[in-house]
Order: sequence, then C-alpha cells, then structure tokens
Amino acid sequence: MKMQAAPTTVEIRLVVNGAERRMSVEPNVTLLDALRDRLHLTGTKKGCDQGACGACTVLVNGRRVNACLTLAVMHDGDEIATIEGLGSVDNLHPLQAAFLKHDGYQCGYCTPGQIMSAAGLLREKRDLTRESVREQMSGNICRCGAYPNIVDAILDVAGANDKA
Amino acid sequence: MKPFAYARARNIEDAVGLLRDNPHAMCIAGGTTVVDLLKEGVFQPDLLVDVSRVAQDAIAVFDDRIEFGALARMNDVADHAQVAAAFPAVAQALAASASPQLRNMATIGGNLLQRTRCVYFRDLLTPCNKRVRGSGCSAIGGWNRQHAVLGTSDHCIAAHPSDLAVALVAFDAHVQIAGAGAARAVLLTDFYSEPGETPDVENTLAHDEVITGVVLPRSAAAGHSAYLKLRDRASFEFALVSVAAGLSIADGLIAHARIGLGGVATKPWRAYDAEGALIGQPANERTFKAAAEAALAGARGYGHNDFKIPLAQRAVERVLTSLVAPT
Repeated sequence: MKMQAAPTTVEIRLVVNGAERRMSVEPNVTLLDALRDRLHLTGTKKGCDQGACGACTVLVNGRRVNACLTLAVMHDGDEIATIEGLGSVDNLHPLQAAFLKHDGYQCGYCTPGQIMSAAGLLREKRDLTRESVREQMSGNICRCGAYPNIVDAILDVAGANDKA
Repeated sequence: MKPFAYARARNIEDAVGLLRDNPHAMCIAGGTTVVDLLKEGVFQPDLLVDVSRVAQDAIAVFDDRIEFGALARMNDVADHAQVAAAFPAVAQALAASASPQLRNMATIGGNLLQRTRCVYFRDLLTPCNKRVRGSGCSAIGGWNRQHAVLGTSDHCIAAHPSDLAVALVAFDAHVQIAGAGAARAVLLTDFYSEPGETPDVENTLAHDEVITGVVLPRSAAAGHSAYLKLRDRASFEFALVSVAAGLSIADGLIAHARIGLGGVATKPWRAYDAEGALIGQPANERTFKAAAEAALAGARGYGHNDFKIPLAQRAVERVLTSLVAPT
C-alpha cells in the first residue's frame, strides 16, 4: 500500500513514441495536459476536455483512449503513442498519406485525433465497411464535416491492410 | 480539479483498506466518469484510490453462467464471442454504449456505478438533491427532456444512464461485492435504489466496499434477446429510451420473458408487470401491445419528457416483434 499523506507530486515514467520520459506530476494532471504542457507534444489536441470530441485520442499500450479523461499518474510504465510518433513529413504513415489524398479535413484541428483513432481502429477490427467505419469513428467529431473524406481515407488504408 | 492525494491499490484488500481509512477517498478505474466529474467539481475527494492495475478483469465462461471481472473493459466484453452468443442483448447494449475510445477505457464495475447525465447534477450553481441532499430538484419544473418517467420522486427525476445495466437487470445478473466483511453477491435489480427522499444514495455499496465482478446466469430468454436503443443521434449518445428483451416460446406460447428499460427510469428498470403480461400468451401483436402498456403503466411525465412514455411503449413492442420475426 503506497499512500501520500498530502497532495504532492508523483514520479512517473512514460514511454512516449518509444522514448522513455520521466516526470513529476501532481495527481490531478490529465495525460493530455502532461503530453502537451510537460512534454510539449502539442500534436494531441484539447477540444472539449470531457471525452465527447476525440481530439485528444492517443494509443495507450496500443489501444485508443481519450487522453483528457485519464490521469497521467495512472500511466506509470505505459506506452503512449501520439501523432508525433506516427510518421514524419518525409515519411508519412499510410493514414496520414490517405488523409492528404482524400482531403480528410478542413481546419485540421481534429485531424491528429481522427488519425490516432483510425490507427486504433485498424488494430481492433478487420473487414471494415463504410457503415462500420462511421460507427467505429463516432468518438471523433469533425466540426468542419469532413466525414465522407475521412471514411474514404480509412477505407483506403483498411483495404490495403486486408490485402497485405 | 481540486488537489487530491493518489494511491495505487495492488489488490482488492488494499483498495478496501484505503477506502476504510479515508472517509473522503474514492476509487478510480477507467476514469471516464470520475475524471469528468472531478473537473466539474462534482467529485472532490481527498484521496483517489487507483484500482486500474488490480488483476480483476477476467471473463470466465461456465456451463450455467458467464462471469466478468469488475475491471474488464467494456469493449473486451462487447467483443467476446460467447457473450454475444449467450447474451445478445448484453453485447448489443455494450456496443451501443459511448464511443470506441471510452469503451476501451471504461470498466464493467465503473459502468454500473456511473452517475446520471442530469445537467443539474453536473452544474454546481443549481440545486440538486442528488449532489447536495435537501438542496432541491432543478429538473422538476426545469429542463427535463432527458429525465425519467419511472421510479421518480418529488426529490429527483434523474435518469440512470447505463445501457449495460439495463440488459444485466433484465437477465438476473448478480453483482459481486468485497469489503471489510464477508464478500457478498446481490441481484443487480436490488443493488440499485430509487431516489425516494435520498437521491444521493443510488445503491447498496458501502463506502469501504468495491464491486469485484458480475455473474450472468444463462437462460433461454437471455439466449434469444435483443437491445434497442433510441437516441438523438445514431451513435455516441445516451438513450432517450432503451429496451432489453428476451423471450422463449414453447408450443406457440411464451414460456419465459425478460424486459429491462433504460433512459426512462431512475434506476435500470426491470419491467416485471410487462413480463407477467407475456407469460403463457401467444406471441402476437396484441400480446406485445398489452405488455408495452403494462411496462409503462406507472409512468409519469414531467413536461419535456412526456414523449418518452409512448416512445417506450412502441420500443417494447418493436423489440418483442423483432424477437419473433422470421429471419
């Protein structure tokens, strides 16, 4: 049983995009704020900050989650994947290339969350259809309404995966 | 978020001990309700007990039942082939819950303990008997389109938000509980309480107790069941009305019937009167209509939510009809 007598900071170790990151956080710091404000990984966006929009989607140990609804202190030792680790300008991840090809955004604010959510989805399900992608991506809101193109981009990559 | 201390429980005994020693402690597992309500200021614990690493997430299949650990994630149960085969309504209720991200985080135990989506419960500037006993109910006479029509009182009309719990109460699930004393199991229907004069008390879980699992007994009606969820958008939305129903039919007559209602009641609602209207009757439109009327017989609308009464009746009829439709 480990217990702090009073609110204080806790030492944690995260493995973010493959790199070990140690930090000292107050228990009330969300994983989202730790990524953005402590590690300066601002690719992960804060939209609603209450789990309704999906802009903060990251992978924790390979599963997509809302980083705004979990506390950094709960993730000691966990592997976190953010948009910064997915690809680079010179070497785009297939989902990033597909979002470009299909114009899967307008303002781009929700895009990191859309792409990380899609990356999680491609690990979870196979044999995706237009209908099932729409259902499985319902945790990610696009205020610009780029949904048809987002679905096209994901189906493009999913089809390539199925053939592989 | 108000500052709080943090402790990680290694096992159930650890969690129970931390709760017992700290009257202002609370558990966190998936975090999807707790972090949300910490931000809103609705929850203001001194100590957060993190149970997310406790090994209590197994899904165990037996000849007569399926058991889920309290820390099984919603998606893990929703995607379990034997759950979908033996309890279609349970798998469908889970798949219709929240979003994929939230289902990856949220646990079965946490789902059963999630708090109402009543806007006044979440708003510290308005009276709410569920948040502060005796402060008043802002929903009665206020904006109550989302609220309950069954099990209400003059003190609270907040609807219970869980889909999963509706399917579980319909099929006689028990919830397993551990605490300082002996472990106990409670029929889920009896675990929850109606608001009455104490809407802040929602269930029989003591401060120093935790849910450890759910036991779901197999039955013919559970094996032939379905979940219908009606909501304002097609996905990622709480229910306005939901129905979990199961039937078994022998010699042309209904032998067993199970009906649970969601979105319309202050607790996951078991519609025993509707089941009584089905047993021994032929499975036809007239029987289903009578059952639907029985299910909502005691309902009371509060203005904006009056529409839920006829909507729920039609939903009951529709699910029952789907269960006997040729496939």
